[in-house]
Amino acid sequence: MATLTHPVTVEEREPRTGGIMPPPAPPRDGKSEGPGPGFTPADRLRRYRIGLAVGLTPVLMLFVSFTSAYIVRQGLGDDWSAIALPPILWMNTIILLASSVTAEKARRMAGIAQESGGLWLGITLILGLGFLAGQWIAWKQLAAQGIFIASNPSSSFFYLLTGSHGAHLVGGVLALGYAALATRFHRPPETRRIVVDIATWYWHFMDLLWLYILGLVYLAQ
Amino acid sequence: MSEVHAEAAVHAHAAPTGFIRKYIFSLDHKVIGIQYYFLALVAVFVGMFLSLLMRIHLVWPMAHLPLLGEIKPETYLTLLTMHGTIMVFFVLTTAPQSGFGNYVLPIQIGAPDMAFPVLNMLSFWTTFLSFVIMLAAFFVEGGAPLHGWTGYAPLSAIPSAGPGQTLGADLWIISIAVFCAASLMGALNFITTTLDLRARGMSLMRLPLTCWSWFITAILGLLAFGVLAAAGILLLLDRNVGTSFFVPGGLVMTGVPVKHQGGSPLLWQHLFWFFGHPEVYIAILPGMGVASQVLSTFSRKPIFGYRAMVYAMLSIGILGFVVWGHHMFMSGMSPYSAFAFSVMTMAIGVPSAIKTFNWLGTIWRGRVRFYTPMLFAIGFVSLFVSGGLSGPFLAQPQLDINLHDTYFVVAHFHLIMGVAAIFGIFAGTYYWFPKMFGRMMNERLGQAHFWLTFIGTYAIFMPMHYLGIAGHPRRYSQLTEVKFLEPLMSLQEFITIAALITIGAQIIFVINLFWSMFKGAKATANPWEATTLEWTVPSPPPHDNFGGRVPVVRHGPYEYAVPGAARDYVMQNEESTVPAHS
Repeated sequence: MATLTHPVTVEEREPRTGGIMPPPAPPRDGKSEGPGPGFTPADRLRRYRIGLAVGLTPVLMLFVSFTSAYIVRQGLGDDWSAIALPPILWMNTIILLASSVTAEKARRMAGIAQESGGLWLGITLILGLGFLAGQWIAWKQLAAQGIFIASNPSSSFFYLLTGSHGAHLVGGVLALGYAALATRFHRPPETRRIVVDIATWYWHFMDLLWLYILGLVYLAQ
Repeated sequence: MSEVHAEAAVHAHAAPTGFIRKYIFSLDHKVIGIQYYFLALVAVFVGMFLSLLMRIHLVWPMAHLPLLGEIKPETYLTLLTMHGTIMVFFVLTTAPQSGFGNYVLPIQIGAPDMAFPVLNMLSFWTTFLSFVIMLAAFFVEGGAPLHGWTGYAPLSAIPSAGPGQTLGADLWIISIAVFCAASLMGALNFITTTLDLRARGMSLMRLPLTCWSWFITAILGLLAFGVLAAAGILLLLDRNVGTSFFVPGGLVMTGVPVKHQGGSPLLWQHLFWFFGHPEVYIAILPGMGVASQVLSTFSRKPIFGYRAMVYAMLSIGILGFVVWGHHMFMSGMSPYSAFAFSVMTMAIGVPSAIKTFNWLGTIWRGRVRFYTPMLFAIGFVSLFVSGGLSGPFLAQPQLDINLHDTYFVVAHFHLIMGVAAIFGIFAGTYYWFPKMFGRMMNERLGQAHFWLTFIGTYAIFMPMHYLGIAGHPRRYSQLTEVKFLEPLMSLQEFITIAALITIGAQIIFVINLFWSMFKGAKATANPWEATTLEWTVPSPPPHDNFGGRVPVVRHGPYEYAVPGAARDYVMQNEESTVPAHS
């Protein structure tokens, strides 16, 4: 049973600087005042969420760079010929959207009900692997038509964007897998909750990123 | 133990005992900071050695060097490429941010460690791996690449472009990509730690300026390295898979037509400089933080205009992202874009002037103590000004077209981003050495090191402005036979001799560093009578920094010369009834 060692303090505003007033002087017995700010389970969850938000920024910058290269390259010369998107991409999209729903289900169970949500995590994992397999099939179908990465600038970007997205999604699959195994590793429930929470938000981000990429390659047709 | 305590203990990770967990795969931010510092120290000597070879070749091109023999033009370009790359990434990016930042930031904000210690360890070892891959480029067939640290396409995109452009260039790109990953992990840690692990009472406007500089630098890194990684991936694909992102159509390389077509070398330049320009500030901002800290401490005065300093750093960070085009005035861009980039570039002069003015205001009428850290901080300001003054010249397209590929630019960026940043690193080293190793550095050797380096630096780089205006081009391997440059050769010789002496002076530093580490006088907890939190703990600090006692912050970071106080400084966590002037 967790006991809160923090006294709840009401923050006062310092009159001159507007900064937060420090609480009254600590006891001078040389002992700890408790673990200090930032170490309760809620604090840790918040820290990991900040870390995730910060960590997703460079991923965003990577795809922003690809997009700007895409637009610039499309406007250069007359060698751009759009490729026909393999129809399986629509199926993959539906699978990925569904996996986001199941991941969210697991996240809420881990958060509110303090359960492992193992079943929903398992389904998400299978759907995620299904999406990756679907993307691989899409590549194979393009290759069967003789469209490879170097065939045309538009196919170069198709392989580049789907490949980079897929590589990032593999990271999400590993995180979900770790979350699913966290119970096996006897992680404390709070840690498990953090893993599920972070993996799910990452997963949602990958989902949105895929919709963006799909829009980008669809519009080029 | 309650669960909350248990969680805290899990985070703060108990002190390791074995050698490997303590010094090699350590999770302690202090050890990781020192690891980064020594990595940069090795890198700076490699980089310096390469520059020395270049300088010797420039004035005595026929000299036979031991092991290397006569330096060929392609070898010269290799030296140039690797000197720039190693210095920019493994010295200027690594030491001031990852080295000092890792060591000092958590202690200054009152945290037991970085937010994600395991990630921190991973980011160091990834940087190490990247350095090994970079050095490996020297030893593969064809040697290291010769496309310059900017890796301009199509030279960098076509393996047949030169001897080092095969495997060496691939290793170069892979090393940069790995470095990007490492830097992003580091930036993530810095930002989260600063946002989330500050001690009670440590409001943002009470952060020491060093913490602000590391924080802003981390944000720059976060936005810039993702773009460089993207550019690197595209370049690798062009080189190895046959895509044509950067390779233009109709190109003939060494007599053979290149089969790619339609790509744009300018696209590479845009992506590269969108990273490359903020990178300049990634190198210099931490130096600004250290200089502020040191100038205030050794002048016994609060920082003049603390808030203005913070906002100036923020504006420099923001403006740094919108001016990349000034590196491309020569690329035939539209005069309208060139004008916009020019105006925005010159706007950076405003926050830079604010900072300089405030540094001078901080020293003004202070009771200045001229210890070595202070000398280097003053040197930093001096170099920042003299290097910065040539910026507005280069920011104007009409002038830049004349000066761009000359030694004028070499002088400009070496003064401001090279040696100014290095002076920031030296100031930080002499300032925090007592904290890091529990001993003082030798003051006499420090002063000798400063004066030789300071005078030597000016002797090397000031004449280069003249060389540039007189039309001496940069990047060329051999110009001793060129008629119109003949009168300039004696100046080149002077520069080379100055470089030899200045590099020789660094031996004094290395001797001082290692001698003091073991034999220096014992340092007290606060030898400089400074106010920030790292000086409230023993030197060196215990494993979890504060021995379980989390500090509570009650004062601003620069409360020196407080009227009515018992001493002339009030530490940040001090209980004091004296009204402070933050």
